[in-house]
Amino acid sequence: MSRQNWLLLLITLLVAGIPLTESRFYIFLGTDILIMGLFAVSLNLLLGYTGLVSFGQGAYFGVGAYTCALLMKKAGLAFPAAFLVSAFAGALAALIIGVFCIRLTKIYFAMLTLAFSQIIWAIAFKWNSLTGGDNGIIGIAFPPYLDSGARFFYFTLAVVVLSLYVLRKVVNSPFGRMLTTIRENPERTEFIGINVKLFQLMSFMISGFFSAIAGALFGIFNHSIFPDILSWPQSAEVLIMTLLGGMYNFFGPFVGTAVMLYLRLQVTSYTQYWPLIMGTILSVLLFFFPGGIMGFLQDLRVFSRGKK
Amino acid sequence: MILRVEKVKKTFDGFTAVNGVSFSLEERETCAIIGPNGAGKTTLFNLITGHIPTDAGRLNFKGTDITHLAPHRICRLGMGRSFQRTNIFPRLTVFENIQAAVLAHKGKGFTFFKPVTPFFRHETMEILERVGLRDYAETTSGSLSYGFQKQLELGIALASEPDLLLLDEPTAGMSAQETHQTIELIGCITREKGLTLLFTEHDMEVVFSISQRILVLYQGRLIAEGTPENIRHNPEVQKVYLGETR
Repeated sequence: MSRQNWLLLLITLLVAGIPLTESRFYIFLGTDILIMGLFAVSLNLLLGYTGLVSFGQGAYFGVGAYTCALLMKKAGLAFPAAFLVSAFAGALAALIIGVFCIRLTKIYFAMLTLAFSQIIWAIAFKWNSLTGGDNGIIGIAFPPYLDSGARFFYFTLAVVVLSLYVLRKVVNSPFGRMLTTIRENPERTEFIGINVKLFQLMSFMISGFFSAIAGALFGIFNHSIFPDILSWPQSAEVLIMTLLGGMYNFFGPFVGTAVMLYLRLQVTSYTQYWPLIMGTILSVLLFFFPGGIMGFLQDLRVFSRGKK
Repeated sequence: MILRVEKVKKTFDGFTAVNGVSFSLEERETCAIIGPNGAGKTTLFNLITGHIPTDAGRLNFKGTDITHLAPHRICRLGMGRSFQRTNIFPRLTVFENIQAAVLAHKGKGFTFFKPVTPFFRHETMEILERVGLRDYAETTSGSLSYGFQKQLELGIALASEPDLLLLDEPTAGMSAQETHQTIELIGCITREKGLTLLFTEHDMEVVFSISQRILVLYQGRLIAEGTPENIRHNPEVQKVYLGETR
């Protein structure tokens, strides 16, 4: 096993130790970070690896959350089935929306993803009989065998670790390499014989699949969902967390999520000006550390190695 | 005959960049397209490789009608291309640049769960050796010198094992020495692999030294075609070129 893999195993074991503290605060924060971290990493498959700026990733997160919750509450489906179906619902939504979005490039692509996510938000907001409209869906119960903070934490940890394992395999595969060449230079990639649009669409679907998994977890975790999780501030937030952690590193988005969620919890207990502080952090970041936290650490390592 | 271009035409907002050009290429032929700036050379390349759709006319490559095919399809039929502005994958290493092209060529793009690193290491290194970049395999390609980037681009084009190679100004912006080396390299590879070569070039010395046939493009039309000797003494070509430089 490589050194990086040992390190990852160690970190996973440390994280798995969180419930032993029996602190409800850390279990809650840990679960939240795991879920949102997965969401950010799935977004980064598009942003950092394929070079597509999706501004509407909340849509697939929301589709996952609503599908899982509705199947459990309205169709009486058991949690494992509902959970699996919701992931595929996310991929399907991404396929349908992606077919349109990948026809455009750059800012037009970003705007179209935003437009579609707002359409899905509007459906969730207005379709009272199904989604509960603005009131959302409340009282989504944990399945009985996951009915404690610690148990749900372990379940989330298992799902997230497995998802990250698969995603990491994918980005390090020949398929993943093709995505990075598309990010670097779509025109050139086309002329090494690659159907760029098809690869972009695949990337879009895989990203939607894992965003939906994160969304489904999120709905159960909070016992409730509201249309807000589909709307653009949610999409923007995950984008910011990804940039904060660094989009050219696989774990960057995860690190960004952890830092931001922890900071937000700490800062909001002192002051109500969290958006102001977040805005400041973001501007500093974009000016001085365009590679995010992980990019900065990597530069530091290269620099110190160069000095020896 | 490997490529046949028939009355191809392209208009941009009322400006006719390529106006009914017809020619064909024999196998293993080295052919140059020359012409003053704005003659339509790059547009013609973009039409042949499918990067922009033709308004009229037909294109046939190795017996297949490629008039309406997407670039990736045309590439897979065996056409390789380098671009006028250097076109590489800047944040990837030199090795990764070539390896990506080999992967694409061998149709391994949809392999999802195997690590990419060991794929086609041998083939990739062979190409790197061929274009003289073996020692730079682990260098980030964006930080290479301009001349090396051009060589890398040639390597990317070769990785898809093309029968026809289109080079758009392969020596643009190079020093005299770099130009000399690049031309030597291109000539060597084309002979060795039995490639058909179609290229555009500003450097007349290069054009006359390596091409067997020359096409002269002027204002979107083909005004002359022949051996280097013929072209050199063609009064119309002289007029076009001298008229431009004086």
